[in-house]
Amino acid sequence: MLIIKDLHANVEGKEILRGINLTINAGEVHAIMGPNGSGKSTLANVLAGNTNYEVTKGEVTFFGKNLLEMSADVRAKEGLFLSFQYPVEIPGVSMINFLKTAVNESRKYHQLKELSAGDFLKVMREKKEMVQIDSQLTNRSVNEGFSGGEKKKNEIFQMAMLEPKLAILDETDSGLDIDALRIVANGVNLLKRPENATIVVTHYQRLLDYIVPDFVHVLYKGQIVKSAGKELVLELEEKGYDWIKKELGE
Amino acid sequence: MDNQNTLINEVTDRDYRFGFVTDIETDSIPKGLSEEVVRIISAKKDEPEFMLEFRLKAYRKWLTMKMPDWAQLKIPEIDYQDIIYYAAPRQQAKYESLDEVDPELLSTFAKLGIPLEEQKMLAGVAVDAVMDSVSVKTTFKENLAELGIIFCSFSEAVKHHPDLVQKYLGMVVPPNDNFYAALNCAVFSDGSFVYIPKGVRCPMELSTYFRINAKNTGQFERTLIIADNDSYVSYLEGCTAPMRDENQLHAAVVEIIALDRAEVKYSTVQNWYPGNKEGIGGIYNFVTKRGLCKGESSKIYWNQVETGSAITWKYPSCILAGDNSVAEFNSVALTNNYQQADTGTKMIHLGKNTKSTIVSKGISAGHSSNSYRGLVRVAAKAENARNYSQCDSLLLGEHCGAHTFPYIEVGNQNSIVEHEATTSKIGEDQIFYCNQRGISTQDAIGMIVNGYAREVINKLPMEFAVEAQKLLQISLEGSVG
Ligand SMILES: Nc1ncnc2c1ncn2[C@@H]1O[C@H](COP(=O)(O)OP(=O)(O)OP(=O)(O)O)[C@@H](O)[C@H]1O
Ligand SMILES: [Mg+2]
Repeated sequence: MLIIKDLHANVEGKEILRGINLTINAGEVHAIMGPNGSGKSTLANVLAGNTNYEVTKGEVTFFGKNLLEMSADVRAKEGLFLSFQYPVEIPGVSMINFLKTAVNESRKYHQLKELSAGDFLKVMREKKEMVQIDSQLTNRSVNEGFSGGEKKKNEIFQMAMLEPKLAILDETDSGLDIDALRIVANGVNLLKRPENATIVVTHYQRLLDYIVPDFVHVLYKGQIVKSAGKELVLELEEKGYDWIKKELGE
Repeated sequence: MDNQNTLINEVTDRDYRFGFVTDIETDSIPKGLSEEVVRIISAKKDEPEFMLEFRLKAYRKWLTMKMPDWAQLKIPEIDYQDIIYYAAPRQQAKYESLDEVDPELLSTFAKLGIPLEEQKMLAGVAVDAVMDSVSVKTTFKENLAELGIIFCSFSEAVKHHPDLVQKYLGMVVPPNDNFYAALNCAVFSDGSFVYIPKGVRCPMELSTYFRINAKNTGQFERTLIIADNDSYVSYLEGCTAPMRDENQLHAAVVEIIALDRAEVKYSTVQNWYPGNKEGIGGIYNFVTKRGLCKGESSKIYWNQVETGSAITWKYPSCILAGDNSVAEFNSVALTNNYQQADTGTKMIHLGKNTKSTIVSKGISAGHSSNSYRGLVRVAAKAENARNYSQCDSLLLGEHCGAHTFPYIEVGNQNSIVEHEATTSKIGEDQIFYCNQRGISTQDAIGMIVNGYAREVINKLPMEFAVEAQKLLQISLEGSVG
């Protein structure tokens, strides 16, 4: 569903992504790991269409369409979801209003009837149960005053509401306590469909114990320098990134 | 960063969708202002002697006054002899059917969800005599009359309730108050009058919309609201629909008097023509609005959402004279393109244990300038007075300006005055977050701005609040698809 070819991108004139190649098929879970500052969040943002990042070279197709030509909101409506590493607060905008707008914009885009308030609330209740998010949180403004862990849970809740085809989870595990981690991972697994795919960006094995990846990639200095099966996680956990740097001759 | 700015510029760089030019049919007197003109106005309205005296005194005072120049505004020179001071309400509709009306205007009406008949009225299309709202109006008036509530045009009040008018007119805003108020006192054409008798809770929101002749009350509007002991009223000014109006200068006066334990809520949503994208044209809105908490434990609330006018000079204020009286000012002022607003409030504490709250939310976009100016004065004898002020500014883009001018004068030791101010930019990261959930940039900006203004919008009566939200969104709408 997603094909990335030789993708280069700059932030503030500095090249961060330096030739990414990656293919993701329906039903797959890909883990992306790599040292701090290697470009993982940059890749996630570029795919999601953040205009602060400038694509200088390369191609990305999403279900055969040119992803790079679409505005961020169209990418979302086409089924791409980003669970943010740092979700932002939007004071005064209620979660319900925000999500109802999001869900209905997407439905309009796909020429479906908008959900009525009643139907929407019903779906919301179901999904809340699925990801076990605290009822109170959805009555508040978007992320306003949420704890770090609550924000992450809220991202997964939104993902459940929007049912994306491709979900990119950028360090969704950081800031979660052990129970929350299990709940969030469980939610992600419940949302898994044969026709969907997930990219999990993480530093730790523990999340990948729950969300088992089919492929593991190591991103280093803006390039994917190693790809393997889930056994690579254990190896990284054990040895860190130094051996990869060594393999690269650094 | 630049990308985002371009985007914000595009969004805010819109045309006013409501303006268009037409011929005006009027029964008017020649241009210019003189004692003669003041006499003609009073005579045309068949006013009693005390009204003519009131006008003449104001006119003579006005001659000695100057336009205030302390506001953060660039006001082009105004030739007061080049204005027509009396025009009878226009009777003739300008269009035979809605087909002749600017489709942009109609699309805005549709967005605001205004019923068809009302659309016609607002756009100046001939309306059938039998209109739904006529019967609404009649039952409405009957209900109010049963309770002893007087709600009529100012001219009618002068005719039928001259004693009340004479007693209260000018009590809160005297003719010598300021340049524009003096001008208004001399030449005001019409407006609204409300009297709520002792102990009566007005059972519905009073709206200028329901008053016959509510349209075309002209550029010098006069409103007087009196709430007698233990009464309550909520008054809605204007209409969120785009008001078509060819008059450039507006100098209205609103006076509110709350007697013992009375409570008055005054809500405004203002959306007059702000001028075009280059800042040409538009209304100058120089208004004096003031409430007097005359009685003990009386309450006055000003709630306003302002998105229109080229230049706004407006400070709805309260004099807290009665002991234990309470006043609030809740405001959202949005400026775009080349609009200028210098707006705020004055809270004058005279009584003991008086309490005032100010919440001001400025939103500036385009090349506009948006200033908050507030005075909190606590007199020496106003023991245990309290004020809390919060002034927030939100900037969209790089070319707009926001300023805050708080003035605080506390005359005793046991009063507490608190002031907080913030300035923020609309976050690109907030917009991107919305985008990532499938919400377009235009909708995202509307949503974020509405969230920012939520605290004030929540104070508006329900239907007004819904329209105010749409209005904030529409006012920032642009070419982004
Ligand atoms: N908006 C920005 N402005 C300037 N530099 C940026 C910006 N965004 C990212 N960078 C830089 O790009 C590089 C890659 O950052 P990125 O956030 O993609 O790393 P990451 O792999 O997600 O790291 P972490 O594991 O710490 O989350 C870093 O050097 C970072 O400082
Ligand atoms: Mg990161």
